[in-house]
Amino acid sequence: MTTAHMEVFEEELGRLEAALNRLRHDSNAKAVFLIDKNGQQIAAAGDVEDFDSTSLASLTAGNVAATDGLAKLIGEREFSVLFHEGKRDHIHISIVAKRAILLVIFDERSSLGLVRLRVKRASAEMDRIFDDMTRKSELGPEGRVEPSPFAEITDEDIDSLFSD
Amino acid sequence: MTFINYAAKEINCKIVYYGPGLGGKTTNLQHIFTKTAPERKGKMISLATEADRTLFFDFLPLDLGTIRGFTTRFHLYTVPGQVFYDASRKLILKGVDGVVFVADSQRERMEANVESIRNLEANLKEHGFDLSAIPYALQFNKRDLPNVMPVDEMYRMLNFKREPTFEGIAPQGVGVFDTLKAVAKQILIELRKK
Repeated sequence: MTTAHMEVFEEELGRLEAALNRLRHDSNAKAVFLIDKNGQQIAAAGDVEDFDSTSLASLTAGNVAATDGLAKLIGEREFSVLFHEGKRDHIHISIVAKRAILLVIFDERSSLGLVRLRVKRASAEMDRIFDDMTRKSELGPEGRVEPSPFAEITDEDIDSLFSD
Repeated sequence: MTFINYAAKEINCKIVYYGPGLGGKTTNLQHIFTKTAPERKGKMISLATEADRTLFFDFLPLDLGTIRGFTTRFHLYTVPGQVFYDASRKLILKGVDGVVFVADSQRERMEANVESIRNLEANLKEHGFDLSAIPYALQFNKRDLPNVMPVDEMYRMLNFKREPTFEGIAPQGVGVFDTLKAVAKQILIELRKK
């Protein structure tokens, strides 16, 4: 079964957050979100509390999945960039490291051209971080700094989740 | 695909509610949403048609508490049940950790149930999953209706790997949490193996 987990560790998360903060600053965006393709938020920067980030992540992933489906229907591998233009705020969506989605929310203080330029640079950096993350994950439990906490899960642990 | 964030100490899992159209998938999520404490749930999103039929998906994020210091989050999705939305159903199964099949107990819907399970099996296969191995629970919904098929007959027809099976009346909440718990447990047990 293809149930490989996505695992994010402290060190890489710090690097991803630094890259997102730089991107937000350099592109003059309101907020930037990094989301995995299944709709889970990985990291974010900027005025994130202004947004319902869980809903944002899920709908963005749905949007990308639907657009990927459209691309395949017409014989394209993917549409690598999506842009939604609003009256006030705009959304730029792109794929990073084939497995994550970079979402940039910006307004008139920035421009599509600037966002595209800065996203390109940030994506290259994030590609490298994801490569490192994959390598670390592939090392398995023995190679990790943090031991897997799940090998020891007991039935009682699981039952306790549903106790109330 | 379970998403484990060691830095934030979070586990995120995806559960998909599958089944024929008008079988009660959305109603299951609505009941869970209504009965869950505000601090344990996010906003429920329904991408529906004007006639209130699921168009793309419903989405409900749930926080079930902590396990070994990790916050355990489940993202619940439904698929659109109508046959012609198959492309959308396929997309939603991407990265799934567990499936709940909501079967309609009415006699005249048995064929639709069987067809939907076959469709689930085929769509999972396209994503590299095997229905016989993935965490899975079965719900016989609408047990309160007059024209339902007996449970043992439905079991013989729809249950194929002795998956946990529950009788449900989703609008009243009967069987809803039992079904969710059954699939969530299997997902966490899977985590232990990896």
